[in-house]
Amino acid sequence: MRPADPAPAVHLEVERLAFEGRTLMEGLVLDLPAGRTTCLLGPSGIGKSTLLRLVAGLLPGAVRSASDGLPLEGRIAWMAQSDLLLPWLSVEDNLLLGFRLRGVRGAELRRARERARELLGRVGLAERARALPHQLSGGMRQRAALARTLVEDRPIVLMDEPFSALDAITRYRLQDLAAELLADRTVLLVTHSPLEALRLGHEVRVLDGAPARLGPPLRPQGAPPRTADPALLALEARLLEELAGAPRPTLGAVA
Amino acid sequence: MSRLRPLLIALGLLAAWQALTWATGVPPYILPDPLRVARALWGRADLILPHAATTALEILSGLAIGTALGSASALLLAASRRAREWVLPMLVVSQALPVFALAPLLVLWLGYGLPSKVAMAVLIIYFPVTAAFFDGLRRTPEGWIELARVMDARPAAILWRIRVPAALPAFASGLRVAAAVAPIGAIVGEWVGSSSGLGYLMLHANARMQTDLLFASLFVLCLMALFLWYAVDRLLRRFVAWPSEPLHPI
Repeated sequence: MRPADPAPAVHLEVERLAFEGRTLMEGLVLDLPAGRTTCLLGPSGIGKSTLLRLVAGLLPGAVRSASDGLPLEGRIAWMAQSDLLLPWLSVEDNLLLGFRLRGVRGAELRRARERARELLGRVGLAERARALPHQLSGGMRQRAALARTLVEDRPIVLMDEPFSALDAITRYRLQDLAAELLADRTVLLVTHSPLEALRLGHEVRVLDGAPARLGPPLRPQGAPPRTADPALLALEARLLEELAGAPRPTLGAVA
Repeated sequence: MSRLRPLLIALGLLAAWQALTWATGVPPYILPDPLRVARALWGRADLILPHAATTALEILSGLAIGTALGSASALLLAASRRAREWVLPMLVVSQALPVFALAPLLVLWLGYGLPSKVAMAVLIIYFPVTAAFFDGLRRTPEGWIELARVMDARPAAILWRIRVPAALPAFASGLRVAAAVAPIGAIVGEWVGSSSGLGYLMLHANARMQTDLLFASLFVLCLMALFLWYAVDRLLRRFVAWPSEPLHPI
């Protein structure tokens, strides 16, 4: 599903970011190529979510810019590990949350509602539009959250471990769905799963060290969503080794 | 069986009461038996009902005004840092003051009529509503706020569309407490000085050794309090019909 506005590349620079006297990041530069999915891997606590929040503008301390020179405000959608569905709103009203929060009314809201219904169909929740979130399974709720992210129709999408709370099979299906629906957007996906990164990313980046540094981009062959074939699984194994602390130089040569 | 249980408990208590009066032969002006109370309730309904209406009006007005003031205060505290810094300590310290001790003063200031009783009920209701609602407003899961910020929500929209609904389960707890304590405020106000109301009638009956009338008034008061709590609870269940905790830890 193509975005209404063409997706720009995103450039982020962190001069120095410290927390309680400890330097988390220093001189870090992250480039998200336009219309591509960049997956960010790294050990937990290294600052992956922090980096994503910096891109989202939820945290101060970074300089952000888009390749088309326009401001980033109003062009970002965010999907978190928990679905963040509001328990008092129906699934459909949850999808329209952004429009309500921006005070959108009239014809524009009607168009958004049509789009929400279409997307609910795409994620297989058309029958559950009137249901409350607690009446849905975990997988359904995360599909609703994915649909909410897409209703916003924003060219840049930031996802913070969006599938990590799901069982393996549900996760696999949702990865396929997300790859299909997020095509042509500039996506940053933070994940702790090398396989997820390799299936969905045009580029895979590893964040590691103290202060944290970004490894060179790894570009698996073929277009996402890739199937988990032996070649991809071998790559996953190498990435796991790397993340578990094996020597670094192997990675650049893999791709 | 579970539906019959309250009835069985009530019948059992009545039977025990009746047995106690038979066994001890206690005079009716000390402890009247249930039948005598029932006769007083039936025979003097024309006396009891107008007084009950007064008390009901005091309780309902107190509940309405107390809830409105409490909600407004909680919203003010949540929305303004300055209000938190200045008003919150005063609010907490004010709770060290026993509200019942203020009752004579309220009667002195506001007179024997309705206003002093309503004020008493408001004073009792105000704090639980404010505290519960404000606590709920403070505990909005951070993820919801961040989501709203990425969606470019205006701060007012975050308050009204996310923080307030998210705080409703906590507000509901406060309101249930308020509904339970509101009758106490009204009755204490009536005891200190009044010319009508169930509290007045009870004092009056007590002074004239009409203990059966006192018990009958007490019975009506209990019924009113139970009905109020039940009505508030039903209303809240209907309008706050979602789990109070987020579905996933956020």
